[in-house]
Amino acid sequence: MALHDRHAGLVDRRRARTIAGLLVLASVTIVTLDSSAGASPLQPARDVVAAVLGPIEDVASAALQPITGLPDHFRSVDSLRAENARLAAQNQELAAQLDAAQAAQNRSDEITGISAMVDASGFDVVAAQVVGIGPAQSFSRTVTIDAGVDQGVVPDLTVVNASGLVGRVIAATADTATVLLIADAKSTVGGRIGESMELGFLDGGGDISGDGNLELSLVDHTVSPRVGDTVVTWGSHNGAPYVAGVPIGTVVGVHSSPAELTQTATVSPFVDFSSLDVVAVVTGVQKDGASTQPPASAGQGTTP
Amino acid sequence: MMRAVRVAAVAALIVVTITLQLSVFDHFALDGVAPDFALIVVVAAALVRGPEYAAAVGFAAGLVLDLAPPADHTAGRWALSFVVVGYLAGLAKPEGDSSWLGRILLVAAGAFVGTSVFALTGLVLGDPGVTVTSVFDVVPRAVGYDVLIAPLALPLMLAALRRVQPAERW
Repeated sequence: MALHDRHAGLVDRRRARTIAGLLVLASVTIVTLDSSAGASPLQPARDVVAAVLGPIEDVASAALQPITGLPDHFRSVDSLRAENARLAAQNQELAAQLDAAQAAQNRSDEITGISAMVDASGFDVVAAQVVGIGPAQSFSRTVTIDAGVDQGVVPDLTVVNASGLVGRVIAATADTATVLLIADAKSTVGGRIGESMELGFLDGGGDISGDGNLELSLVDHTVSPRVGDTVVTWGSHNGAPYVAGVPIGTVVGVHSSPAELTQTATVSPFVDFSSLDVVAVVTGVQKDGASTQPPASAGQGTTP
Repeated sequence: MMRAVRVAAVAALIVVTITLQLSVFDHFALDGVAPDFALIVVVAAALVRGPEYAAAVGFAAGLVLDLAPPADHTAGRWALSFVVVGYLAGLAKPEGDSSWLGRILLVAAGAFVGTSVFALTGLVLGDPGVTVTSVFDVVPRAVGYDVLIAPLALPLMLAALRRVQPAERW
């Protein structure tokens, strides 16, 4: 009996090893296929999963807003944390009620801020809400928003909020889209220092959590950025992927090394990536009343 | 027929878990690191049925994590990580009834192996987000958070899996 059990155990182990081996091979094959140059063969699968899970994320995020609002209420900026805790202690009985009202108020403030910014800048925008946030465990900084191709959101559009530049759309399904935040290590934005009009590139610092400082390198190495300078987007042809003139952040530190040709600076973004809620996707820029659309040729779900 | 129903039930468990993880529990992220309920499902599968089943559940859960928005990394990386986690957790699982301390240690080891394998594949593929600093920052915090949720989440997942998949040999 014991012998039989041991034999069965051995057979099971061998079977498990074979199956695990096959699954590892399958995973490696998927990685290889997806990282091959050109259009990924995995894209259709990605589109299907996004089309199914995106709306569910949207519904779950909306339905559980009173719960999800709770941690957001206590988080955001560190300096607010102590004050928040004090307030929470003051009226614990009303906490649940307060959180719901507070979240709604924050959201409405955010929308007011965005519409003020939109009026001033002349952008045509589509408002959207962040419904999913990628974890730091994936070493990237992306979010899902609840607007997609049906609302006019296609890849390579600029995403902003009331504070400034958030990122750009990298994939879109019918009702949801994925936004690459400018803090992601894969992100590069053309920036211009407001004071001197000098051009440079802002790379996501690869800071996986928190503020997500950016690294600015200037094209002209004879110019040095100053602490406190404001950096705005420089924009590109037809406003894709970034429209011009959106505030990005302020210079908080300057580094130069003789070995490097360009001066680099650390830029602290205006947007608080840890408490993103309502954002606006720029679908067009009004010039003298007329609206010019950025190219919408980029197909569904393509990544640049 | 019964088998198809069981597979569908486990698939539903995986999809619901991951959807909630990405849309609700992302708000509970501590400085970016969010609780990883998908990993808890894989460890629970290992405890319920052993390495073979857990590797299959790991592959499925990993693949959904790889493809679900807002994922932007190369697909297959979480699938690979979770196959390894499921298989190893299934082998490491003690025979008979394991203690709660042992189960939570298994979650800790699983979280460590899972995030590390994911980070390693990122290094191999040249993912710019994966740096020594970010790995040493994220991996310990991910393990810590998963250990923190394990006492609540693991019994839930174990109960759910036992319901759909009654223990066969174990």
